[in-house]
Amino acid sequence: MTPEPTPLALELRDLDVVYRVRGQDRQVLRGLTLTVGSGESYGLVGESGCGKSTTALAAVQYLPSNGRVRSGSINVAGRDVVRLSRAELRKLRATEVSMVYQDPSQALNPSIKIGRQVAAVFRVRGIGRDEAEERTAAVLRHVQIADVGSVMNRYPHQLSGGMQQRIVIAMALAKDPALLILDEPTTGLDATVEAEVLDLIAQLQAELRTAVLFVSHNLGVIGKMCERVGVLYAGRLVEEGPVDVVLQNPRHPYTVGLIRCIPRGGVRKDHGRLDTIPGFLPPLGEELPGCVFVDRCGLAREICHTVEPPLYQLGEHHISRCHFHEEAPELPRVIPADLGQPLPLDRSSTALVRIEDLEKIYRQRGHTVHAVSGVSVSIWPGETVGLVGESGSGKTTFARALLGLVVPTAGTVEVDGRVVPPKLARRSREDVEALQIVFQNPDSALNRRHTVRRILRRALKKLAGLTGTAAAARLLDLVQSVRLAERYLTVRPNQLSGGLKQRVAIARAFAGEPRLVVCDEPTSALDVSVQAAILNLLVELQVERRLSYLFISHDLGVVRYLSDRIAVLYLGRLMELGPADVVFDGPHHPYTEALLSAVPTIDGGGRERIRLEGEIPSAANPPTGCVFHTRCPRKIGPICEQEEPPLVTVERDHMMRCHIPIEELRRLQQDKDAITA
Amino acid sequence: MARFLANRLALSIVTLFILSVIVFAATQLLPGDVGRNVLGPFADQKSVDLFNHQVGADRPLLVQYGDWIWKFLHGDMGRSLQYQVSVWSLLGPSLVNSLKLAAEAFVLVVPLSILGGVAAALRRGRLADRAITITGLSLTAVPEFVSAIFLIVAFGVFLTWLPVNAQWPQGTGLVGQMRYLLLPSLALVMVLFGYIARMARHGTIEALSADYTRTAYLNGLGTTTVIGRHVLRNALLPTIAVVATQTGYLIGGLLVIEKLFNYNGIGQRIYIAAQNKDVTMLQSGVLLVGVVYLVATFIADLLYSVLNPRIRFGSVE
Repeated sequence: MTPEPTPLALELRDLDVVYRVRGQDRQVLRGLTLTVGSGESYGLVGESGCGKSTTALAAVQYLPSNGRVRSGSINVAGRDVVRLSRAELRKLRATEVSMVYQDPSQALNPSIKIGRQVAAVFRVRGIGRDEAEERTAAVLRHVQIADVGSVMNRYPHQLSGGMQQRIVIAMALAKDPALLILDEPTTGLDATVEAEVLDLIAQLQAELRTAVLFVSHNLGVIGKMCERVGVLYAGRLVEEGPVDVVLQNPRHPYTVGLIRCIPRGGVRKDHGRLDTIPGFLPPLGEELPGCVFVDRCGLAREICHTVEPPLYQLGEHHISRCHFHEEAPELPRVIPADLGQPLPLDRSSTALVRIEDLEKIYRQRGHTVHAVSGVSVSIWPGETVGLVGESGSGKTTFARALLGLVVPTAGTVEVDGRVVPPKLARRSREDVEALQIVFQNPDSALNRRHTVRRILRRALKKLAGLTGTAAAARLLDLVQSVRLAERYLTVRPNQLSGGLKQRVAIARAFAGEPRLVVCDEPTSALDVSVQAAILNLLVELQVERRLSYLFISHDLGVVRYLSDRIAVLYLGRLMELGPADVVFDGPHHPYTEALLSAVPTIDGGGRERIRLEGEIPSAANPPTGCVFHTRCPRKIGPICEQEEPPLVTVERDHMMRCHIPIEELRRLQQDKDAITA
Repeated sequence: MARFLANRLALSIVTLFILSVIVFAATQLLPGDVGRNVLGPFADQKSVDLFNHQVGADRPLLVQYGDWIWKFLHGDMGRSLQYQVSVWSLLGPSLVNSLKLAAEAFVLVVPLSILGGVAAALRRGRLADRAITITGLSLTAVPEFVSAIFLIVAFGVFLTWLPVNAQWPQGTGLVGQMRYLLLPSLALVMVLFGYIARMARHGTIEALSADYTRTAYLNGLGTTTVIGRHVLRNALLPTIAVVATQTGYLIGGLLVIEKLFNYNGIGQRIYIAAQNKDVTMLQSGVLLVGVVYLVATFIADLLYSVLNPRIRFGSVE
């Protein structure tokens, strides 16, 4: 008796999916063909709007009500899901396919206990109550949940984001599905939590041999998690191949562009600008007779406009849909690399901003929460200080205290050596003008009822005191300086794309002549090509105006690109402060080391992951001694639990808060690199 | 949860206190003094003074207020100035009548409008949805005296199916009373249906598009299970809060309906007291409605927190 050959986990053939918008069918997926073999992990990348999530939803037949499969077939575990009856589809969903999506707090029902929610997966397959409960406990243990009994009796909101995502993964794997679809499963999680979740997925996948379709905009994550990758653009697969081949030797201009946008491999602003992809994704459902990427392609020629390129077979399993795939690696740069070098910094002069011993204590239900304790940082003119740390580390509180949006419990903020009042309302107009902010989400930062012109004129009036013709002239300067076309002045923010909105938000911050701009995750909601353009803009503005930035981001590649110095916060304490290269290249603080090792990069391999045990402790009840000792992989002994290490200068310009001597850290960290290399 | 409820309770007490002060102050603003108002313009000053002394209206305001509240808290609402009997002997039966009407309207409107709202949400954008939404909205826009008169004319006068007078004769049984209350209750249903249905529809649509609903479907659960177990419970939480705010209106705000159907409810009682400057009756009546309103709201809060684990197990700030 020979075993039946295992069917492909997912097989899409010439799939066309359309959304009906205002009475017209708009094509979202264009003849998409891809397969995920049994036990294989396949990554699907592309920018927002290119059809990644639609592909995932089509596979489980859960398209929005205006979406439908127009032609082509979708086979999951050998069954054509388009043709399944309702009951058959339910059965397929109950047994063969699972999906995990972005926000775990939304994916769990807030009013049902964890135990019951997970058990439902077993119950629907006709398993009895007691057995379902037992198997629930088993599957939760499998995703490394420590206190299973108590977790089962809790509601989702009582768990952290990382725990919630593990529960969702447990639920997804409880069916032992043939196919697991992961749609941006770690976007929005902290780097350390993301790394843990990814490790868990990789481990479970290796164990269970579940096929995975991994949808993500993050090439680093795909590189770490997948064997093969497909690049999607405007609903069409433009390149596909083994993940290391595609990432190291991309042969479609879109893939090349995507990879070039990402600041990586230690690239810094003084090495040159990031390249971007010009233009925008074609609108939904646009007729594209030639190559879908033609309007944004640096290699485009006559033929690209008229003839749809076939799939060129480039090597084993590597395909590209580009007429000129041989030239793709030499895609001309859109942005010349060498635009204005940042001026060298002069730290002998007075610092622009000096923050001394800043402390912020919140009172919450009788607890005192030390959001920031005793942080001192100075920022010189023209300098960027990057601020990193997990959520809850005090980054935002620190920035807000600097801006006067939060009144610190203790400590001072100096501008040009002058102490400024802690409250924003008490600060002089020059001081308010001098310190500005660009928020993460331009949607909520811009008044959507006002036109761009009105938003900026108001900012000019409030920050620069300009009205009338003076304001009108300055307004034009302003939109030019953020490379925003004048025609956008008359529209409202909701008519703009994310990148354009962020430009408006930056223009608003620049209405007065700011001297320091706090950038709070300004690019984390943007696609990489847009992110690159915004980062370039920030550098150009810095060069032109000798601006300083306090740059907050969880994307360490971005922080490294932009920052001259890096400050690492943990539980409100400054753990390390030093020049960007030193902090990144080491020797670094054990916490920084763990943060860095958590980030998956395209360059792959490299660092060995350092696991942080447990979750970031509550700031209401920080550990004794060194606050990091509960999770520190390099803890040396009782001294770490009893005595808080002081923040000392370990090298020139490099400060660290650790009991381990710097030379010892250097040795330990070099040894590790030697092992992995 | 205890913390949440304690908070709400404390807030209710503060609200009642403020209400009592406002009511008391307002009655003091009525022109003329109490004795003159009751005894009329031709009574001599001496008997007016004597009357004021008897009812305690000549004492300092603070003392009068304190005395009123103290007695109110002990269940003594004083004597009606107009009828010279205890206020409670008149207010009590009116309150019971009001509660009966409110209960009937409540029992009709809540299931009906929630059903309507959920049905509309499940057929969003289709004919049934538009019909329910537009009907509800139009009914809400029609003033209650118009819809009430329409009901009276249609069912009471032409079809003569139902009594036009809501006040049942002595000795009518409970079922008979319900028949008498049907027309005014229907008028109230017409007022409230659109509002509650709209909330239920909105909540359901939100829950239907929530990720956890998708999770449930993708786990292979059937539509009935998904709606019953995952959608409704989360969808109806905000509706409960809305329903609670309407109970106050159902009990104390029905003057027009009571008048049209000639029903002796607490709204009419307070209205008459105000017309006749029956200060004690007016004060205690309004405060009583306030108490009923806050009790209803508190019950809703209790229900809400029992159904919502995010409140039951703190963490929502």
